[in-house]
Formats: sequence, C-alpha cells, structure tokens
Amino acid sequence: MARIGVFVCHCGENIGRTVDASSVAEALRSHPGVVHAEDYRYMCSDPGQTLVREAIAANRLTGVVVAACSPHMHERTFRKVVAAAGLNPFLCEMANIREQCSWIHEDREQATGKAIAITRALVEKVKANTPLETIRIPIERRALVIGGGIAGIQAALDLADGGAEVVLVEKESSIGGHMSQLSETFPTLDCSQCILTPRMVEVAQHPRIRLYAYSEVEEVSGYIGNFEVKVRRKARSVNETLCNGCGACTQACPNRKVPNEFECGLGKRPAISVPFPQAVPNMPVLDRERCARFMAIRKGITKAVCGKCAEACTRGAIDFAQEDRFVTEKVGAIIIATGYQLYSIGKEQPEGEGLSGYGEYGYGQVPDVIDGLQFERLASASGPTGGRIVRPSDGRVPKRVVFLQCVGSRDPSRGIPYCSKICCMYVAKHVMLYRHKVHDGEAVVFYMDVRAAGKGYDEFTRRAIEEEGAIYRRGRVARLWRDGDVVKVQGFDTLSGEPLLLDADLVVLATAVRPQPGIRALAQKLSVSCDQHGFINEAHPKLRPVETNTAGIFVAGACQAPRDIPESVAMGSAAAAKVLGLFSKAELEREPTVARVDAAHCAGCFLCERVCPYGAVGRREVRDRAGRLVKVVAEVNPGVCQGCGTCQATCPGKHVEVQGFTDQQIYAEIAAL
Amino acid sequence: MRTGYFPGCSLHGTAREFDESLRAVAGAIGAPLAEIDDWNCCGASSAHVVGQRLAVALPARNLALAEAQGVEQVLAPCAACYNRLAKARRVIEEDEALRREMPELLGRPFGNRVAVRNILEFLTDALPVIEARLVHAFGGLPLACYYGCLLVRPASVTSAEDPEHPTAMEQIARACGAAPVTWHMGLECCGGSLSVSRTGSVIRLGRAILEDARKAGAEALLVACPMCHSNLDFRQRAMTRDGRPPIPVLYVTELVGLALGIEPRRLGLDRHFVSPAPLLARRGQAPAGGRH
Repeated sequence: MARIGVFVCHCGENIGRTVDASSVAEALRSHPGVVHAEDYRYMCSDPGQTLVREAIAANRLTGVVVAACSPHMHERTFRKVVAAAGLNPFLCEMANIREQCSWIHEDREQATGKAIAITRALVEKVKANTPLETIRIPIERRALVIGGGIAGIQAALDLADGGAEVVLVEKESSIGGHMSQLSETFPTLDCSQCILTPRMVEVAQHPRIRLYAYSEVEEVSGYIGNFEVKVRRKARSVNETLCNGCGACTQACPNRKVPNEFECGLGKRPAISVPFPQAVPNMPVLDRERCARFMAIRKGITKAVCGKCAEACTRGAIDFAQEDRFVTEKVGAIIIATGYQLYSIGKEQPEGEGLSGYGEYGYGQVPDVIDGLQFERLASASGPTGGRIVRPSDGRVPKRVVFLQCVGSRDPSRGIPYCSKICCMYVAKHVMLYRHKVHDGEAVVFYMDVRAAGKGYDEFTRRAIEEEGAIYRRGRVARLWRDGDVVKVQGFDTLSGEPLLLDADLVVLATAVRPQPGIRALAQKLSVSCDQHGFINEAHPKLRPVETNTAGIFVAGACQAPRDIPESVAMGSAAAAKVLGLFSKAELEREPTVARVDAAHCAGCFLCERVCPYGAVGRREVRDRAGRLVKVVAEVNPGVCQGCGTCQATCPGKHVEVQGFTDQQIYAEIAAL
Repeated sequence: MRTGYFPGCSLHGTAREFDESLRAVAGAIGAPLAEIDDWNCCGASSAHVVGQRLAVALPARNLALAEAQGVEQVLAPCAACYNRLAKARRVIEEDEALRREMPELLGRPFGNRVAVRNILEFLTDALPVIEARLVHAFGGLPLACYYGCLLVRPASVTSAEDPEHPTAMEQIARACGAAPVTWHMGLECCGGSLSVSRTGSVIRLGRAILEDARKAGAEALLVACPMCHSNLDFRQRAMTRDGRPPIPVLYVTELVGLALGIEPRRLGLDRHFVSPAPLLARRGQAPAGGRH
C-alpha cells in the first residue's frame, strides 16, 4: 500500500497570498494513500527540509509530493532530502502550485481549489512511480580539439597543462590559423607572430598533445565520455618521420608559380612548400594539383617526370606513393574550434549559400581592390613585400588608401544581417599601420558606425582618427571601378549629405566574417546544430556559451560567431575548463530519466531510430538459447539519450518509454484531475 | 502562355522603333502579343506626384483590362510603364483595404492576378528559342549594356536578381553573339524626364555615360527604355559637340531582331538620330535605308 506524504509550502507570501496552504494540506489528508500532510512557510529552508526528512522516517513514507514551486526550481533540492532519508529520490515529485497557480490567479478560493487538484494529480503520479537508479558512465580522459587556430591552441594547451591528453586535428599543413597571417594585433599593435609562434611550439613539444596536422575529422561515433573519432591524415607525399624540415625540396622545385594561399594570392610558392617559415610542424606538403610529376600522371604519361625534390632530399623523405591514412582515437570530449573565413565577395559565389557577392566592387577583377587579410599580408614583415605597403597592380606605394567597412556585413538584402564585429577594430589598425609606413599617405574610411566596445578599443579607434589623421566618412560606397591608374570610389557621406567621387590608389574591403566551408558537414558528424549562417549554436547564449546542445561537445572561437583574438582565447580556455571539469569525475552521472525499450514487445519497426534527434537509438539482435536470431529490436543508448520523449510519442506499440514519464504515470496524473 | 502587351505612350510615339522591333521579334520567336484593348496612361512621372491613389489606380485599370482579356502576364516594354505597373500590383497586393476598394474605383472586377514583366524578362524567357533561330551572330560586337534606373529599382518592386549588378541584358547580348564590355555606368541616371526642363543636366549625365562606354571600347549602347534611348540618341549631338565619333544606341529588341535576320527597316533602325548604318555595314549587316 502506498504511504504518501504531502508537504505544502507557503513560499512566504508567494503562494500563501492566493492559495490557502493549510486547506490544501487538509484536503490532501483525506486523499486515498496519503498518510501525512502538512504545510510550512518555507519548505525549502533547513527547518522545512527537516520536516520532510522526519516525516519520512516517522510515517514510513513510500512517496513524497512537495506542493511548492516549479520542478526547475527545487526538484533537485527535495530529491536530495528524500534520498538522505533513505527513500529513492525518484519517488519524490513537485506539485507546481506557484508558477502554475498562485502567481497567475487572483481568486483565493478558486486558486486553492486548483492547488488541491494539482497536488492530487501528483500524488497519483507518485503512486505509479518506480525507483530509478542514477546512470553511471565511464569517461575516457582525452579530448579532441578540432582546429589549430588560436582558440584551438589555447584549449589544447590548457587541457594538456591541466593533465588531460589532447588530440589536436588541423586541416592545414600547419597550426596557427588566421592569426599567423596577421601583421600586428589590436589594440596594442603587438606583433601577431611574436605572441603566437611560441604557443605553437609549445603545442608541438607538449608531451600530452598529439598533433595531427594536414588532417580532417572523418567520422565521429559514441557519446559523452566515450567518443570514437576517425581522423583522415591527408597524404603530404612526405614521410613525417624522415623529414627534418631542412627545406631543400622547396628550394629544388622548379615550379615556383603557384599562388600562395597563405599570402592570400599575393605571392607565389613552389609546388612543394611549407606555408610560412615558423610552421608547426615544419614539414612541407606536396601539392599534387600543381606538381609536374602528378600533372604528367594525370595526362597519362608513364615516365616518371621531374622528381627534383626527391633528388634534393638527403633523407629520402619524399614519398610520391603516399596515400591518405586513417587513425582512430578514443576521446571523452570534443572542442570545435574551426574558426572563420572571409566572405569572398566576387560575383561568382558557391551555390546554395544564398549569397550574391558584390559585383559592383570589382573584387577579383580590379587588382588594387583587396580584402582585409590581403592587407595584413602586405603590412606583415614576413609577407610577400617584406612589410612594404605597395599596390598589387604595379608595386607603387599607394598615396591614398580607401577602407570600406561592413562589406557584406549588416546587409540583410544581400544575405548577411549580422555585424562581423572585428572589422571596425582592424580597419583602425590598418589605418595606423599604413600611416606609420607611408607618412604622406591619406587614409579614408567609409563606415556605418564605429563599434569599438572592448577594453582599450574605443581609445584605439579614437587614436586612429585624432592622432593618426584618418579621415572617417560615414556612408556607403556604391561602386568601385578602375580608371586608368586609379580606383574610382563612388560613395556618399551621410553626415554632410554630399555624394563623393574619390580617386584611390588602393581599396581595402573589410568583408564579412563567415564560418569555414564544410562547417555544416562537420556539425552533422558531431550532431550539433548551426544557425542559419553556419555558425555553431551554443547551448545557451548567456549561461552556457561554450557548450553545445550535445553533451560532451564544446565550442570555442569564431566558428560560434565572429570573434576577435581575446574572445577566442577566452572561449578556448573556458571550453578547456569545462572539459577538465567533466574529466575530474571518476564516472559520469546521468539522470535515469532516459528512454528504455521493452525488448520483449518491440516489433522492430525502428520509427524511434528515425525520429531520435540525438542518434541515441541503435539496434540489437535478440537470440534464443541456441544462438538462433529471433528478431532485431531497438535499443536506447542511455549515454546519448536526452529524455526528450520523441520516440515514446512515435512508437506505434508504446514499447519505448522515458523512465519517470511512462504513459501509466502520466495517465494516472491526468485521471486524478 | 498568352502575353498581354502594354505599349504605353512612348511606343506609340517617340519610341516607335521599340514597338516595331518588339512586334517583329515576338513574331519571329513565336510569342504573339495581345495588345490590351482600351489601355490608358500608366501615370509615369506625373500621377504619383498628384496622388497616391491615382498613381495606383491608373496602372491598375490596365491590369484589370488585361485580366478581362484573359492573359496571364502583361509585357510593359517601357521601363517607366513597367515600374508603375509592377509597383501598383505590389502595393495592392500588400494593402488589403485598397484591394477591396479597387473594383469600385475602377468600375470593373479586379483580382490583381496578372503578372507584370519587363522586356529583359520577356527576352530571357525566350533565350533558348532565340539561340535556336539565330541567323546572324554578331561576331563579338563590343556593346555597353545600359540599364538606367527603373528596370531594376527599387528591388522590392522589380525583384531583380541583383539590383546593384544586373546581368540579364548582358546574357541576351551574348546570346546574339555580341561581346558586352565591362563598364561602370550601366546603372547611372540618364536624366529621365529632365530632358525638357533641365536639358543641360541631361547633356552632362549622358556625356559621362557615352564617355565611359567609349573608354570601355563599346561600339554601341544597348538600352531597354524609351526615355534612356531618347536622351542618349536624340540628345547625343549636343553631347558630342567636341568632335568625338557618335555611338549608336540600340534597343535590345533591335539587336535580337538583327540577330534573328529581320530586315533593319522592319526593326525601325532607320528612325534613329545617330544612324547605326555605318556600324551595321562594318559588321556585315545590310544598312538601314534612310528615312530622314
């Protein structure tokens, strides 16, 4: 026989004002199965909790209903109290008579009646409840970090320094990301490489970090604490153990005309190359698309062509026959830190992204119209010009540079409504770098607003305007075109109300920040969601900024939204701290309110498998004693299941149910109303 | 699909060659046009200054007539007519009160069902037929495609694919074997109706357009608006007083007509102030007989 205890809370005035708590207790006392009912001013307080504990012992209660606030507020509190008194915590339920009753009604008599009804319903539910045990899952204390930019580097180093093993996967041949391309950084103007490259070396030398550069995540299976990740190690055509990074092969390569991606197309590289001298690992990749030998093979020439790199290599490290290899790693947590790309605003755009480009700016056609990253390379001491700011068309020093902010960003009619956040700051930085190098040069900036919120940020943009003499024009540019030697800039100053036609020597476009190509495919592999622009969704925009909605998968840096370096680093550290917190436990504890399949009755239609948003439903073979296959049934992985109940609503035979929310329990609750 | 034809005042007057070349081309590509019976002025540049309801009702009456005539779309070759008709359709679509009021205002039933199309959309739809029936491909004739303002703007009315950088006219020109040049004045203002009241402004604006087309290497200008044509053709003598060679201004329908092998005179090419005859002769086309 059920022996239920009911505890009605006044919540000070919150409930007591509109609900007569003692009447509720009085009414429940005569409810079948209730052996104890009382009310108290603050049930969640220490004396209140003591009342519950003592009543359980005194009355040998088999279930508890606390009529008080929402389960979101105090279910955990009272289940702990019940557990301390030796009762299974899942035999305790909250009857919400605050948010769903006292707060929203005025008539005391009616509200009291409703509170009684709600409490009775929960008493019936508790009668149907069964004890449930917390699920315990072992944890693999290793983490995967996807992306070796500054966010990924920070996360990997913090994790490794905190004692965790780290697998760092980077798709390019070197880690460092976009930060390694920058010349100086705002708002301090310290050299990007000087602060980044020591961190890169630390990654390479850390005993607890396993670095897979020039690799990509191929497949991910498993769940929090127990992921299995298949990594594709793309063929470098270079034997990693033999190569010592001497660079003889890159010197020997006769093809020196390949557009250099690291220099954003402003320089050339050989067909076998390292992206930059400080690369980590310092090991070349042979570009098979551009290598004479592979081009000959594609044309059907059987004779081995060229091979100058192999001749030059004293270690015999060049391996033309190398193929992609796969490694499998077991990890307990994953951090996504894949970073961003700049919106390439030429007229030609990849299909299906809803972007039309900005044909009127002539980017890609007018050589002296470049984007922000290209300007970084021009200004960088390690760049193609050795830090001399010159025009790509004729190598002349530009005497007037026009900077356009918000190109692509904040333009809903052309596909991107969001602010890219970093541009106001880096344009101010570009203006300073330019003025420091070209003293008689004129820098003109077209802007919508100057958004410089951050420590020392507004001071920085003000410095560009007030001390460095940059001319800021509020307005948009309609069109850019080449006219002989100059780039014509047709714009409008919305403060003075005058149309402008400027002759510029160089135009720099602050194009929008977008997530990396392939982000949606990666998100799908990881069962995390993206927003409409492809940025990874965080679990909560304010309170859970580095977690995703999939347990055990975290996010850091510009793949979540446009982020500058300080924010990316902060997110990298935050994600690492979250993972270390997860790893600090011996076992993962999970609420047992997950779905369970009744294997005896499951017909094997697998509708549940199709509808599960978390991929938690698998299949299991059922065999008789002789080992003959009887049937295949659905099976829920309790590590992955989030208890959403979609399978329960879908199953035609009602043979999969979320524990603690079975049909029987819910019907009992409804029937009591 | 049956296409209604709304010529507007221009195509019956100063832009007769636009009307002639359009009819010739429509016949040649097998897309007959049914002129709307009893059509009236679209309102163009004056009605919306007088009153918003008049500005909507004038074009709406034409749409109502087209509906009664049983066509699914109306072709308005004049860019100003197109803009007024498309705008009216849009405004009525978004304003339910106005929509309910319309039948009484117009004195006839009106369901706002007829789509409004401009000449570029009409020709783009017909591109496969044009390409199949091509008789005379212009061997890479360098052309500057001039859109002006009303064909593509405002974007909410015209739903142009890229209002800041349209390419529809270029695609039609390319299909005819011409080679559109890269220039940057294709969306600039020609001065429109200021031709009469502030001629000096029109001369200044037109000169810049011609100058840029010339600089880009264009041998002719391609237009799709009677107002643009009138300003750049009729006023061109004043724009080129400095002795620069004149540039013929062709309607897009004239180019398509020539490519389809239609006789230049049937396309009204003899009606231009800047004669395209020398250009056509140079490009192996029979010169249009003079009518002046």
